[in-house]
Amino acid sequence: MELFLHQVVSGISTGAIYACMALSVVMIYQAIHHLNFAQGEMAMFSTYIAWQLMAWGLLWWLAFPLAVIISFFGGFAIERAVFKPIHNAPVLSHIVVFIALFSIFNSMAGFIWDFTIKSVASPFGEGPFMGSTLLGKHQAGMIVVTVLMLVVLWAFFQFTRVGLAMRAAAVNPESARLVGIRVETMTALGWGMASAIGAVAGILIAPVVFLEPNMMLSILLYGFAGAVLGGLTSPLGAVIGGFLVGIVENLAGTYLGDIGAELKLSIALALIIIVLVVKPEGLLGRKIVQRV
Amino acid sequence: MDTVETNTQASGPTAYQPAYAPKAKLVSLGNVVTLLVLAVLIAIPMFSKSFFVFQMTQLLVFATAVLGLNLLTGINGQFSLGHSAFYAIGAYTCAILVELGGVNYMLTIPIAGVVAFVFGFLFAFPALRLEGVYLALATFALAVATPQLLKLHALENWTGGVQGIVMFQETFDVPVPFGMSMDPGTWTFYLTLIVFSIVYVLALALVKSRTGRAMMAIRDNPIAARSMGISLPYYKATAFGVSALVTGIAGALNAIVIKFVAPDSFTFIFAVLILVGMVIGGVGWLQGCLIGGLAMLYFPNIAEVFDDIVLWFANIAGFADALPSSNEMQQQFIRLSGVIYGVILILIIYLAPSGAGGLLRAIVGRVKRLVS
Repeated sequence: MELFLHQVVSGISTGAIYACMALSVVMIYQAIHHLNFAQGEMAMFSTYIAWQLMAWGLLWWLAFPLAVIISFFGGFAIERAVFKPIHNAPVLSHIVVFIALFSIFNSMAGFIWDFTIKSVASPFGEGPFMGSTLLGKHQAGMIVVTVLMLVVLWAFFQFTRVGLAMRAAAVNPESARLVGIRVETMTALGWGMASAIGAVAGILIAPVVFLEPNMMLSILLYGFAGAVLGGLTSPLGAVIGGFLVGIVENLAGTYLGDIGAELKLSIALALIIIVLVVKPEGLLGRKIVQRV
Repeated sequence: MDTVETNTQASGPTAYQPAYAPKAKLVSLGNVVTLLVLAVLIAIPMFSKSFFVFQMTQLLVFATAVLGLNLLTGINGQFSLGHSAFYAIGAYTCAILVELGGVNYMLTIPIAGVVAFVFGFLFAFPALRLEGVYLALATFALAVATPQLLKLHALENWTGGVQGIVMFQETFDVPVPFGMSMDPGTWTFYLTLIVFSIVYVLALALVKSRTGRAMMAIRDNPIAARSMGISLPYYKATAFGVSALVTGIAGALNAIVIKFVAPDSFTFIFAVLILVGMVIGGVGWLQGCLIGGLAMLYFPNIAEVFDDIVLWFANIAGFADALPSSNEMQQQFIRLSGVIYGVILILIIYLAPSGAGGLLRAIVGRVKRLVS
């Protein structure tokens, strides 16, 4: 039993990574109803920007918000430059463009910053959290930041005019346009926010997994798994889903022995398929009803 | 689904044949072009060096894979970012049967197809309920997980783990059958060409058949198709299975041509490459698979091609001296190859969303209008 609890706690601490990523996946899904396959690479690129700022001598607490703001405008600009011209194109075109962005960001990061592994310091410090053997200070900090981000996002969507307008634009673009909401701007804003959340995720993950251009592919897969598990329409669900994926991954690694450890990515695959077959709307998502 | 518009155009004229339609002409532009292409392909080994023959063999293998994916996406309207998995299944089936089972390698090609069909059909069951982005997601997960599954320790006796399997260890080369005195490279080229031609003809026949029409009906309007009595699960799963079958055959051919299989050749990147080949060839235009194969062959080396173009242009415009030494420049281009790749993809989506097939149709349409 103790082993089980230990694994659950350490699962929650890895789950914080996936929860961050899942949150940014859900943000973009809300805005454009597509899954952004380049999300991980965008987050990786933002992390490199933060690393570069720190390498120039900026403090973490300055570099972090600066990188997040740069990412916000970057995401906004990408929507404007790349996706606005094809917003009526079929799904396949979108997927191909996502893949193109994936390739561009991956290659650019390698070109500018090399493929060598870089380490990023943690702002929360090293060592165990309050004498616990399971939770490091950094992991505890990550959980706090993730939950904080969720609360801020919830407040933003619930209590601000812009948040309300974004929700309206996502649910019913035509009617939203009729009442004077700039739907295109809202979509671009969604991209900016997703990119900013991705940046937060990337910068928080970097001290754990090390910074290199290919660090995000498997994390993105877990992020997708978390988002699908929690429900693609629910930010809260995505965060819970992310934590659950972390726990499942850890438990499988413990109780399935070698096979569990070797098949980590396949567990994400199995999770995605099971959720999509059994409960496609996820734990907290809305059921999507198609009108004929 | 949103894909309807482009796809209907893509296969409109050939796909729909009412009962009173005149019989297809034997001597038509399409048939003549097909025969010409076939003649050129047959002639390749007679007039070129062995490395070029090897490359053309690869092109045909890739073209088969593109054909497989196009049957799924272009004809049935389903997505897949995970066709590298079915390609891997084909390749591993072939390698394991040849090396451990001692089966003749030519026999393994159809067997690989059948095994891939079974896997594709089974994978299709969860995929049946998924559409668009969800299917892309599930297949993305499949592609990312595939190399890890192949490296699994429990299967190491069969798959060779991380090292993979080296084929034809005793003979070092593909044995040429029937006592023919042919270069092994030339023989694999002709073997690939024969298999590709058979698969291609069968694929075209499938599209023109009742089953093919049902698949296209599902692509264009699933609800209408259903109300006309077409079983959605049956045809969607069949489409997935057939697509996996063709891709699996391509995988088996790949194993024979390369004489080696390893888990890290079948990554997500490769699945993307097949998708890119299909988009460049033209979604829903099966004839474009050769162009798609060509793209798959040269796209990973796009940086070198790009470098050549820049040098050529610099020589003409006379600013070649201003450039850094060609070796250094090429290094830079290679490091930027992902960027070049991505930008070209985006340009294709903007300028020619229906790929080479769409471009050709547009040109033919213009010419016809000019003539008449």
